[in-house]
Amino acid sequence: MTDGEGERTRKILRALEADARRTPADLAALVGIGSDEAANIVAGLERRGVIRAYRTVVDWDRVSPDRVVAFIDVSVTPQRDVGFDQVAARIYRHPEVRSVHLVSGGHDLRVVVEGPTIREISAFVGEKLAPIDHVTATNTHFLLKAYKEEHSILVEEPADDDRLAVTP
Amino acid sequence: MRLARSVEAIPPSGIRKLFDVVAQMDDVVSLGVGEPDFGTAWRVREAAIYGLERGRTSYTGNSGLLELRQAVAAHLRRRHGLGYEPEGEILISVGVSEALDLAMRALLDPGDEVIVPQPCYVAYQPCVALAGGVPVAVGTTAAEGFVPSAEALRAAIGPRTRAILLNYPGNPTGAVPDEAALRAIAAVAAEHDLVVVSDEIYDRLSYDAPHVAFATLPGMRQRTLLLNGFSKTYGMTGWRVGYAAGPEPLIAAMTKIHQYTALCASRQAQEAAIEALRVPDRDVQAMVDDYDGRRRLFVGGLNRIGLPCHLPQGAFYAFPSIAQTGLSAEAFAERLLLEGRVAVVPGTAFGAGGEGHIRCSYATALPKLEEALDRMERFVQTLPGVVPTVATGVAG
Ligand SMILES: Cc1ncc(COP(=O)(O)O)c(C=O)c1O
Repeated sequence: MTDGEGERTRKILRALEADARRTPADLAALVGIGSDEAANIVAGLERRGVIRAYRTVVDWDRVSPDRVVAFIDVSVTPQRDVGFDQVAARIYRHPEVRSVHLVSGGHDLRVVVEGPTIREISAFVGEKLAPIDHVTATNTHFLLKAYKEEHSILVEEPADDDRLAVTP
Repeated sequence: MRLARSVEAIPPSGIRKLFDVVAQMDDVVSLGVGEPDFGTAWRVREAAIYGLERGRTSYTGNSGLLELRQAVAAHLRRRHGLGYEPEGEILISVGVSEALDLAMRALLDPGDEVIVPQPCYVAYQPCVALAGGVPVAVGTTAAEGFVPSAEALRAAIGPRTRAILLNYPGNPTGAVPDEAALRAIAAVAAEHDLVVVSDEIYDRLSYDAPHVAFATLPGMRQRTLLLNGFSKTYGMTGWRVGYAAGPEPLIAAMTKIHQYTALCASRQAQEAAIEALRVPDRDVQAMVDDYDGRRRLFVGGLNRIGLPCHLPQGAFYAFPSIAQTGLSAEAFAERLLLEGRVAVVPGTAFGAGGEGHIRCSYATALPKLEEALDRMERFVQTLPGVVPTVATGVAG
């Protein structure tokens, strides 16, 4: 890949990351190439697994209150043959798990879980997560209020654009 | 009340009139805005809040906070390799606007002339005139990339010519001369011993080639006054802070005026500006890339709907031709506003060479730019003489 190509690819990825619904024609115009070429680049990125999915940032609080999110800090004592990866795999395969990250600091895995009620999430932690071999402790934080998700501020803010309509 | 003739002689702003009409309307997509839609970075706002909390509310020295002048000097050295002494060669001003006014008043005796290539920023002519000078317009065209030739400049120079006022990347044309063109201008300045006042407020918005600071050209450092600020690069238009860097005697003369007329630039704005210069370049570059994307999309769109437009190489303005519609720039802008509900500024607001063009700012979120293009397309289809191009490429 030449530098120019790399730069174009990064620009396309940034544009899609900001708005997944940009069409190949839009992307093409943005980086100054043909529409077919943009479509090819995107297809290649999908094939190579650089682009994993196109999703929507939803503010569920505005729709249904029956959705609970918990951030769970998981401590793991890895053993010979069973490293963090194996423990993580036993966690991330559960569909209620939204994300799993290995992190530095006082805990090892940071897990985000969502479910319809606190009770169900507690059951998940108590029955599925805590008993996994080599998991030594869990610390569950229930989400109380989401202010910002994926770069989108969810709370009402005064409009940021107070520019006059015509200025020199 | 009798007012000064010098003030009465200044024609009303071509922008003001339009603004009054837009203010009465709703559902207008405005491409008339000459300022970034990226607001001030949060870390910069926080620095100002922090300053307020610490009680930093007093005057500063006339030249501005030394820490800010040092930061500006370091910035100019890093970015352009230009060395300016924080004490003596840099003045912190109330935006580039004030620095421009100070420069004209410091340089001109009544009747002295200043060469002003046009189309140009709306303040240039009045600033020269209010300082008692005579602005001498040198019109440029799209065909010459809106950059004046050395011959055109020479033809405009007379015994009273003191200075030439440059603005690259330019408002409203987006023009960025190549180095050869800049050198040709430099040669004329040297030949006629002119001061070059170089308003480089859009320096960071040069998309296709690195910006060349005029003072870096051979022999130009000692005759150039470099003006820049924070309004465009850091989304800080309302803070009112900028700077001038140049030869010590000129900066001293400007400071002499500034100390009596402004005293100092706003303290909070100066605190914020120090923080702005700490914003990592990759953050600024992300904004530049964003504008670049919009530039291509918007200018491609203009050509597609039949308004031929060169690809502007800098700033955030497109300056398409509307000549083939048979309408004057003013009539086009007025009808586009009333019938198409898109606000643009007629090229005539920017002086000679502006007729036949409109200025469209793409400092507007992409969806709005797309909406504006749709509206403009519907509007121009009602006009005779508009031939949409089939090619998606960009003219010029
Ligand atoms: C070419 C040019 N110079 C100067 C200014 C004003 O700059 P400031 O906000 O620093 O006074 C503008 C603003 O539109 C401009 O376009």
